[in-house]
Amino acid sequence: MFEILLDATVRAGTPILFATLGAIINERAGIINLGIEGLMLIGALAGFAATQASGSLLLGVLAAFVAAMLAGSIHGFITVQLRGNQIVSGLALTMFGIGITALFGRSMVGLTIAGFERVAIPGLSKLPVIGKPFFNQDLLIYFSFLLVVVISLFFYRPRWGLALRTVGENPAAADTCGVPVILARFMAVTIGSGIVGIGGAYLSLATTPMWIENMTAGRGWIAVALVIFASWSSYRALAGAYLFGGITAMQLRFQAMGTTVSVHILQMMPYFFTILVLVISTIRLQKGASQQPENLGQPYDREDRK
Amino acid sequence: MHMTDLLQIQNIRKTFPGVVALDDVSLSIAPGEIHTLLGENGAGKSTLMNVLTGLYRPDRGELLFDGSPVHFSSPRDSLNIGIGMVHQHFMLVPAHTVFENILLALDGVANFFSRRKYKVKIQQVLDQFELDLDLDTPVWKLSIGAQQWIELIKLLVRDCRLLILDEPTAVLTPQESARLFQVLTRLRDQGKSVLFISHKMREVMEISDRVTVLKKGCSLVTLPRGEYDENRLASLMIGEDQIPMWIKPACKYEELALEIKNLSVRNDRGLADLDKFSMKLYRGQILGVAGVAGNGQKALAEVLTGLKEASSGRILAKGKDITNSTAKSSYIAGIAHIPEDRKSIGIAPDMTVDDNLIMKNFNSRAFRRWIFQDRAAIRKNATAKIDQFAIKAGPDGNPIRYLSGGNIQKVIIARELSEKPSVLVALYPTRGLDIGSAEYVHKVVIDGANQGMSTILISEDLDELLKLSDEIVVMFRGRLVGCVNPQTTTREEIGLLMSGEVQR
Repeated sequence: MFEILLDATVRAGTPILFATLGAIINERAGIINLGIEGLMLIGALAGFAATQASGSLLLGVLAAFVAAMLAGSIHGFITVQLRGNQIVSGLALTMFGIGITALFGRSMVGLTIAGFERVAIPGLSKLPVIGKPFFNQDLLIYFSFLLVVVISLFFYRPRWGLALRTVGENPAAADTCGVPVILARFMAVTIGSGIVGIGGAYLSLATTPMWIENMTAGRGWIAVALVIFASWSSYRALAGAYLFGGITAMQLRFQAMGTTVSVHILQMMPYFFTILVLVISTIRLQKGASQQPENLGQPYDREDRK
Repeated sequence: MHMTDLLQIQNIRKTFPGVVALDDVSLSIAPGEIHTLLGENGAGKSTLMNVLTGLYRPDRGELLFDGSPVHFSSPRDSLNIGIGMVHQHFMLVPAHTVFENILLALDGVANFFSRRKYKVKIQQVLDQFELDLDLDTPVWKLSIGAQQWIELIKLLVRDCRLLILDEPTAVLTPQESARLFQVLTRLRDQGKSVLFISHKMREVMEISDRVTVLKKGCSLVTLPRGEYDENRLASLMIGEDQIPMWIKPACKYEELALEIKNLSVRNDRGLADLDKFSMKLYRGQILGVAGVAGNGQKALAEVLTGLKEASSGRILAKGKDITNSTAKSSYIAGIAHIPEDRKSIGIAPDMTVDDNLIMKNFNSRAFRRWIFQDRAAIRKNATAKIDQFAIKAGPDGNPIRYLSGGNIQKVIIARELSEKPSVLVALYPTRGLDIGSAEYVHKVVIDGANQGMSTILISEDLDELLKLSDEIVVMFRGRLVGCVNPQTTTREEIGLLMSGEVQR
């Protein structure tokens, strides 16, 4: 019973995990990206369409990454190069994503593909309790584990990671050290967006191998909130994503058990918790526990006269 | 001579929309010299620095480095040929460690680098200059003085040949400044060149090999050591032969204006910004507050003007308890405030001079008719103030951000003093101002004292404090560590108190 619940937790948490990781990369470079929901949808549709056409799941994931990256580069260009308003541009990106996927997804409705299948890792999957939920999963889930570690190492080990964090904290300092601020920010936005796209593709290639209009159902917004909950750390993003995965799994379980509580109330739970998490994290932020990049949301203009 | 110059600046011009920041600047810097740049605010010093470090691209003119023309399209280009700068606003990331801050400035570091190797390398530079810094400490935990050393180390690890320092002593104790000058002199003797910017005449006289005076975006003259003295430089800068000196009356210590008892204030990190701080301020007194920036001066000013709440202790104005009253009721109790950051706290930059002048009493009957603004009255008030305080306000309806720092400060003073306050809290009121504007601020403070206004003058300029104050108190880590008489004290004594080494 617990094993099944944990398994469902990981599967429900993974798309949110990818999206949160992508958003963290954006925000570490100082750019707020509210286009996550739209980027996930674009990733979901591109992934599904590519797999449907080619029969290859790998190509699907790749297509999701590239499509979301291209869409994210619009946000990058507007906010980094043109120094536009990050909130407005991000919201527009989400609406763009919802609209364009509804339009091009129409012909995909009702088609099916063979989605990701479980691959048991020999040895590890035999572990009691955590064996099956964590090590008898599909390849994308293993990839997400890897990504959590790689992103954390990237932030703290190589010089590029240091440059990326400095660009988000104090772009002028990075600039005077010779870091190409504009390029670094743009790269962070596009690559981060691509990873968000993989989160979307997980929905259409693994969770339910089909295309449904607006299938992300607000998961992108949960990811935006989780970035703050995770204080911009990839490990805490993992914990946060699984917390939400757990709530989703639990409410599905309750529905299956046929409780008398209204389905609508149960379905509301993840979103209700998002609000709760935001309140708690904001209070923590105000108490000074912040890891928030200092220049988050601020455009950088070298010739700005201060 | 010209062949051996390290850097030649030829006829540089830089304009911003509507403003000529640099008109025609030429000067040269020889290898192994300390060259000082003097000029009023708005003379173009910062713009010139930003051109030299590749932040701004000049409209016209040429830079020759080692005799060959150079063009900078980014700070990276200027760093690569060996020009580095310590900015007035530090280019540091407070959340990162000392090591991370310095490492990013290092050239030729592989993407996957060995932490140990570079720690050793940076430690060597620190040892060479006998600096005691822990590489793994996050920068925000360090004093401002220590942060400045990090900025300098960032340039030294890169082997910069020309070091530019923009008012580096503004945040240092006299002892720390002396230490900095020792290091700069040593660097000069090693053949490095230093371009030094300062407002403090004493330092200019002490350290410069040559001085160039900038005025209204033009380089006026370059003088070698021996051909200038303080008066000559001051008159070149502001174009007057006489700097007026103001005579201040002695305080009578009769009537108590303000009393602070055991006041403590906690900051966002939960640490004490003010720690059981007590002092007395008398009517007509000018009380100087000395201390290295960041030792609680800002908290003192903010708690007195109602911007921050005290966690314990009391503030009494004329015997009335005003602790934790809001900004408005403190104002009614008669406390005016000249804030530290005049551009972000003192004014609303995009609003007009007229509007900025009535911000404190916009709701007064004098400026409104029923619920509407009385534009005519507001305009009349502005004309009178502009006249009275000699503000160069530009055309009517001009947003205040287009004014120079000195004129913005005059607007703030005009507004704050308009209600005849009994107490003025002035936080670094002359920071970044040229001599003429600074003198004007001094005059206002002294005039106020003559009419019975008490002033808490928080400043980092010891000359200013010694000249104006009736009494000087010294702050260290939020505590009052000493109280000295400006007539009998020495700069060294104040310096020791500021560094927290002694208490009195």
